Amino acid sequence: MAERLIELRNIAKSYGHVYALGGVNLSVDRGEVVGLIGDNGAGKSTLIKILSGVVKPTSGEILIRGKPVTGWNAARSREAGIETVFQDRALAVQQTIVRNIFMGRELTGFLGWLKVSKEIEEASRLMREIGFTSKVFTPHSIVGQLSGGERQGVAIARAIYKQAELIVLDEPTTALSLTETAKVFHFVRQVRASGRSILFIGHNIHHVFDIADRFVVLDRGKMALTADRSEIKSAEDLINFMEDVAHPGGLAGLHDTGDAEQRAR
Amino acid sequence: MSKTMEPDLHEPSAGISRQGSSQNEWKHPSDHWLRGFVLDNRASLGTLAVFIVMMAVFMIANPTVFTTWYLYSAVLTTLPVALFVVVPLVFVVTCGEIDLSFPATMGFASWVFALVVQAGYDPFLGIAAALVTGTLLGFLVGSLVVYGGLSSLIATLGMNFLLRGLIQIINEGRSTSLTSLADSWAYRIFSSQFMGIPVQIFWAIAFVVLSAMLYNRHRFGAQVKVVGDNPDSAQQMGIDVKRVRVKVFVFVGIGAAIAGTFSVMINFTWWPTAGDGYLLPVLASVFVGGTPTWGGIGTVAGGAIGAVTVSFIQTGVVAAGLSGFYVQFFNGLIIILSLLGHKWNQARYR
Repeated sequence: MAERLIELRNIAKSYGHVYALGGVNLSVDRGEVVGLIGDNGAGKSTLIKILSGVVKPTSGEILIRGKPVTGWNAARSREAGIETVFQDRALAVQQTIVRNIFMGRELTGFLGWLKVSKEIEEASRLMREIGFTSKVFTPHSIVGQLSGGERQGVAIARAIYKQAELIVLDEPTTALSLTETAKVFHFVRQVRASGRSILFIGHNIHHVFDIADRFVVLDRGKMALTADRSEIKSAEDLINFMEDVAHPGGLAGLHDTGDAEQRAR
Repeated sequence: MSKTMEPDLHEPSAGISRQGSSQNEWKHPSDHWLRGFVLDNRASLGTLAVFIVMMAVFMIANPTVFTTWYLYSAVLTTLPVALFVVVPLVFVVTCGEIDLSFPATMGFASWVFALVVQAGYDPFLGIAAALVTGTLLGFLVGSLVVYGGLSSLIATLGMNFLLRGLIQIINEGRSTSLTSLADSWAYRIFSSQFMGIPVQIFWAIAFVVLSAMLYNRHRFGAQVKVVGDNPDSAQQMGIDVKRVRVKVFVFVGIGAAIAGTFSVMINFTWWPTAGDGYLLPVLASVFVGGTPTWGGIGTVAGGAIGAVTVSFIQTGVVAAGLSGFYVQFFNGLIIILSLLGHKWNQARYR
């Protein structure tokens, strides 16, 4: 059985009286691509922010490789091998590609002085890996001058730099062209082939269905479904299920397939 | 014959040159080291150009005065005081904040220095005490802004009045004369002359160089820029944004303590108003230097050149033969012209 990389237990988050998440369980195993689906306001982004340490949960437990963590924050999350490509890409647009790739993880030597040439070397290598073959851009290019897809590339380069064990992609295909979307998919398969895990968040169910090994559906802060790829025949099944969740009484099939892995509510 | 050949020759060459120019547009500008250098330092080079033009105008207006060393010696004595606060302020503005409390910090730290020296202790101890005071005041101001969640513009303005008020209440307007300073080693090292050049300027240059390296080649500078550029992203990437913000205020506190101490050592006297006159010239220097107001980018070298420019306006206008009434006018003129120049000069990616 695959090693359990990360587990969120009974995570709840409320902003004042408004519940964004009400007791969610989510786990990711090594080498697995998990697709997280849900409507707007389902709590996907909040869950991602809790996982990446940006937002603190109101209650619940986070376990890394089976061990509960304390003092969870963004720096701890990155140390634990979780890299997040945020929906807004979290780039500083007036800075160079190098500075963005090493944001919050500057390569420093004696007394915190930057290892500038090492950073440039590593950044060039990452850019080649990600497919930045264009001669137009150098590691010194300002991120604000890049296109949307290229910025996504910088965000992904930053995420893969440290051989992260879990890469979280929050709506990575939004606002990307077809070829750029294909690149992202290719990247996801590459990462899985290298034995690392991905948590893929998407609006587009077809995209998620194409790529994920396991699906998690969130609905209004609750887990609506966890299902393996083998249990779901087509993307249409998923869409139907989600419609059923949103408008109960429409669909029966998926609830009754009865599987140990399935925690439908 | 020639008429029929003309279009044939003309068309392809035009096509090639168009292609060539488009290739040039796409080529990264830093391909040639000189172009790269100019583009990377466009803000500070622009400030340098403003300074050179201004000095040329002054020299043409009054060649005799502007070739005497005394004029430069006078500027080089007072300029360092400004440099010690202009440079840390570049960090603050880059971080997306502003600090208007440095004049009072200058006054407060130099007051502590004066008290220690007056009590008969070695001036080096006084300098150490002033540095500690500046650090603590910077930390106090920074914590108030960052952890109190206050607007730095208003909060630091308030702190400036508050600290200055404290100084005034306790001293009741009395100044402190420190004649014993002239015999001390501290004075010889920090405030005398070396080969006719005021020694302060060497310390100030060392400070500027070290700060420029901190800004461009150190984790501190890198994080200050990222926090000023996009604080949310910085936080998402695990940078302790609040700590970085407090640090820039502490840096201003340290710079202000050095500046205040130097100004006391020039005059052998501490006044309860020490530092007050620096508020606007220092702020002007930062922006004349090419650091924009919105945060994320800036230039330490530009700020230093801006400080030199602003210092020379005051001296230069009078020396050029105009009455002192013209100083403010020229101050304003240089500030506006510099801002327009920088706006035109900035890379257009925003």
